[in-house]
Amino acid sequence: MTVELSLTRDPAHLRHGSNIGQPMTRTDGVLKVTGKARYAADNHPPGMVYAVIATSCIARGRVKSLDVAAAKRHPGVIDVMTPAHKPELAEDPDAKGNPFAFRMELLQSDAVRYANQAIAVVIAETLEAATEGAALLSPRYQVEIARVGLDAGEAYAPPVVGIGNPAEVRHGDIDAGMAAAAKLTDATYETPAQYHNAMEPHAIVAVWDGDRLFIDTPSQGMGFAQMRVAGLFGIPPANIHINSPFLGGGFGSKGLISGPQVLGIMAAKLIGRPVKLVLRRSQMYGPVGHRPPTRQRIRIGTDDAGTLTVINHEARITTSSFDDFYEPAADASHTLYASPAIRTAHEAVRVDTGTPLFMRAPGEATGSIVLESAIDEAAFARGIDPLEFRLKNYAEVEPTTGKPFSSKALRQCYAKAAERFGWAGRPLLPKQMRDEYGFLVGWGMGTATFPAIMFQGNARAVIRADGRGVMETGAHDMGQGAWTALAQISADSLGLDFDQLTFRSGSSDLPDAGIAGGSGHTATVGAAIHNAGAAVIAKLAELATADQRSPLFGAGNAGVVARSGRLHRRDDDARSESYADILARAGIAELDGTGSGAADAAAQSQYAMHAHGAVFAEVKVDPQLGQIRATRLVGAFAAGRIINPLMVRSQLYGGMIWGLSFALHEEAVMDRRSGRILNANLAEYHVPVNADVPPMDVITVDEHDPHVNPLGIKGVGEIGITGSAGAVANAVFHATGIRVRNFPIKIEEVVMGLAG
Amino acid sequence: MMNFDYVRPANVADAIAAASEKGASYLASGTNLLDLMKGGVSRPSRLVDVTRLPGLDRIERLADGSLRIGTLVRNADLAHDAEFARTYPAVAEALLSGASAQLRNAATVGGNLMQRTRCAYFYDAGSACNRRWPGAGCDALQGENRLHAVLGWSEGCIATHPSDFCVPLVALDAIVEIEGKSGRRELPLEALHRLPGETPERETALERGDLIVALRLPAEAKDFAGHARYVKVRERTSYAFAVVSAAAALRIEHGKIREARLGLGGVAAKPWRAREAEQVLAGAAPDAAVYSEAARAALSDAKPSGDNAFKIELAQRILVRALTLAAAGTPDRIPALPGSPFSSVAGA
Repeated sequence: MTVELSLTRDPAHLRHGSNIGQPMTRTDGVLKVTGKARYAADNHPPGMVYAVIATSCIARGRVKSLDVAAAKRHPGVIDVMTPAHKPELAEDPDAKGNPFAFRMELLQSDAVRYANQAIAVVIAETLEAATEGAALLSPRYQVEIARVGLDAGEAYAPPVVGIGNPAEVRHGDIDAGMAAAAKLTDATYETPAQYHNAMEPHAIVAVWDGDRLFIDTPSQGMGFAQMRVAGLFGIPPANIHINSPFLGGGFGSKGLISGPQVLGIMAAKLIGRPVKLVLRRSQMYGPVGHRPPTRQRIRIGTDDAGTLTVINHEARITTSSFDDFYEPAADASHTLYASPAIRTAHEAVRVDTGTPLFMRAPGEATGSIVLESAIDEAAFARGIDPLEFRLKNYAEVEPTTGKPFSSKALRQCYAKAAERFGWAGRPLLPKQMRDEYGFLVGWGMGTATFPAIMFQGNARAVIRADGRGVMETGAHDMGQGAWTALAQISADSLGLDFDQLTFRSGSSDLPDAGIAGGSGHTATVGAAIHNAGAAVIAKLAELATADQRSPLFGAGNAGVVARSGRLHRRDDDARSESYADILARAGIAELDGTGSGAADAAAQSQYAMHAHGAVFAEVKVDPQLGQIRATRLVGAFAAGRIINPLMVRSQLYGGMIWGLSFALHEEAVMDRRSGRILNANLAEYHVPVNADVPPMDVITVDEHDPHVNPLGIKGVGEIGITGSAGAVANAVFHATGIRVRNFPIKIEEVVMGLAG
Repeated sequence: MMNFDYVRPANVADAIAAASEKGASYLASGTNLLDLMKGGVSRPSRLVDVTRLPGLDRIERLADGSLRIGTLVRNADLAHDAEFARTYPAVAEALLSGASAQLRNAATVGGNLMQRTRCAYFYDAGSACNRRWPGAGCDALQGENRLHAVLGWSEGCIATHPSDFCVPLVALDAIVEIEGKSGRRELPLEALHRLPGETPERETALERGDLIVALRLPAEAKDFAGHARYVKVRERTSYAFAVVSAAAALRIEHGKIREARLGLGGVAAKPWRAREAEQVLAGAAPDAAVYSEAARAALSDAKPSGDNAFKIELAQRILVRALTLAAAGTPDRIPALPGSPFSSVAGA
């Protein structure tokens, strides 16, 4: 299939569509299902020993003593790394070199800042010996009272939220909007702390060779990790070789290298042998980030016609006692609904937890479930169908900035998903529908949105003498199939068939591909690949069209098109020459070119860039027992160009399931006195199991975006959560008439409201 | 993990001798014990692996009409034994509503009886727990306790017993066969697990070295096969412990309940037999009013141990549901979502 799509700023000789847009299965799928994919913790270099972290069971205070002697007496224990016995670092891990250098606990003092913090590392010949050594340390503590929860202290206005966003944003006249409201919905919601819980725990195998460091570790951002480790150990970033071919999920928790991973490097340095350190599941609840709890008050005013007059969205969030990450929960209200007055504001409370960090749709997820629930409340208060209410208040331009959208096919998303779901005829009042077995049935909807973000990434492309191509980029595949999608872009950028391409990735020795986050990896690295491929093909075209012996002589650079390893004259497809022949005649072994991808600042200043979607949910509720079960989820998403429909669908499924999880299941339970997490395991930290996941429908709506980036990609990694969580929650209201404002929706909140 | 002795005795007598030492613990599949050891909650100095003991993995129909289930029979094997499922459908449904397929394939009958509470404070080595450390206090009492006990708890412990399997078993008067230093004895299952009282650390009536070798269902347990259900409310559809569960087994003759058997799960430190409720039902016509009356009787002594008053209401409703479903008749096959309210008609 060779569909030619017109793209702005696209070199004339590139033909995107031969590989892009195809539903290719994962290139690494067979490796994974046969167990041949080597994850970080699968590595076992000669002489390797095991390090196990001893963690604090208090949330605040100091370690008074550790029984290092007892640990060392245990057979197999080699050494115990403590604040008194550790390699010196070149840089204070609490120094804030940049806003992304989050403080980490590297045994610099005896202070305890949260439960599950590392207080020592035991190194032993076996995992079992190291584990027992850690238990034998029997720490004694000086305990201070832990600060737990959203009311633990004085709230303050954070300097910024998210990545440099203002904590408070005002658009229009808020007071006037409030005054103009004939009806005001004023509701306060709470969302819980959540932990990323990637299937693969954070792991590292570290090997020092002089001042060179080789590490196997899962990373969503190898360049960032190199910089941080280089600073901490005082060696050049280029001396650090990170191998990260496969990740068993990251969801943001592997975006920045974490304290425990650095402790593994320190342990290797301390004893001069390769060290493996793998976090236990319970140890992932603390030092590797989380989504903080929020309390959000939202006021939505409407006039008599049901038109918005104001959205005033305030969020209280927690952050750690020692660092600054502020979940931008209220920012979800910036872009979706056309209100003449919008205010978003944040306040923060310091608590004794690890620092919260980016977790899949940070801010968007917490804010979306509240905004979409409150919009549902406002529509209900007005007696308007929730879809009609959203269409009535559809934002034609970005409300808070007035910018036009670079593209926005949300109307089509609403229409297609509503039709597929069968939304028409939904009773306005709750508790009207029952199935044939007597279960209460509810239908709810939510709008999905996520910004089209780009970071900075690079790629290098090569055409070899045999006419085959190589694309190199230090990109990250978290399991979502990035390498397959990026290889598809690579093949098109080099005018090659998929099997003529070698795609190299997953190592910091390759061109830095930035960070796999913000749903921006495919857009960023895709653009870099696109430009690198274009650079090589341009060189190749120059060689051929300048050579009298070539059938392409005189065609000019813009006059050729690259396809299946040959350049063709654009005006005469029959005249062509293979890459191999062009290089052979020129006596060149290989041609290479580099490219980078980044957001176009000019386009960004002109346009608001967001992906959108609409999600419809059906739930059933037991009328006496209150148990809830989602029975259908339909989502339609417009996210620019779709590189691989198979993987995009899986990403959206995953996001929608996460949304369902947010509404009904997921919550870290913390003891309000000790600050310890009580369900730090996958048996009791509930995420949906297969039996909880209903039949799902994902529709992708065509969207050609000429502004967002050369390939027109918006990203799909996170948007699926937004909209879905609210849709499920709204469906529960529609089934029961009970508006639960604490998430996840718990059985007692529903059961006590039902008649019995 | 601490170093420990591992022994694999060849017969029951050797096993009992090996397990009679202080610090010894029996190991079957370890689906609970190994987690406890990894978490530092249990630190046995010796594991006595009983999985190879001969003759303990059989399901036998005895001459007196009772059924004897060897302690090493796997949960999945028992639930999928067609005759067993037909004869004791509520037990099979309860088994299949528990844990995950993988765990059920490994877990044994005896191990299920001996599983420990899921109280987070019991698992959290940093918390005070009278079960782990007698006299230490109970951090659950003022802690996160929305899922804790509403029946039979004490100030010393508000934990619940997590088993699904035990709930219909206790309703059906199951008997536990035990081998110990002083020979063989039997206990009603109802007497195996203890309420906490002043001694929460004594979770069962077993003495050191005692080995559960079999579970027996008496002949009359079969008489309930036509009207027996297990219903379990939980926080996700599978792989979750019960918030509250109920087993109901009825003997209905000439339109009257001749005999009712009721068990509740997730409400107490032991699988709870609701005898007062059974008495309310005996002789009554099966209808909603008498179910409600029975449910009220079952929970008449209940009191919240924390943020869990809803469980008292929920337990009554789930008893009514279990009775409604049992009276309607045991389904031909175990539902696709065993124990789930969504496996059946939602009543009214």
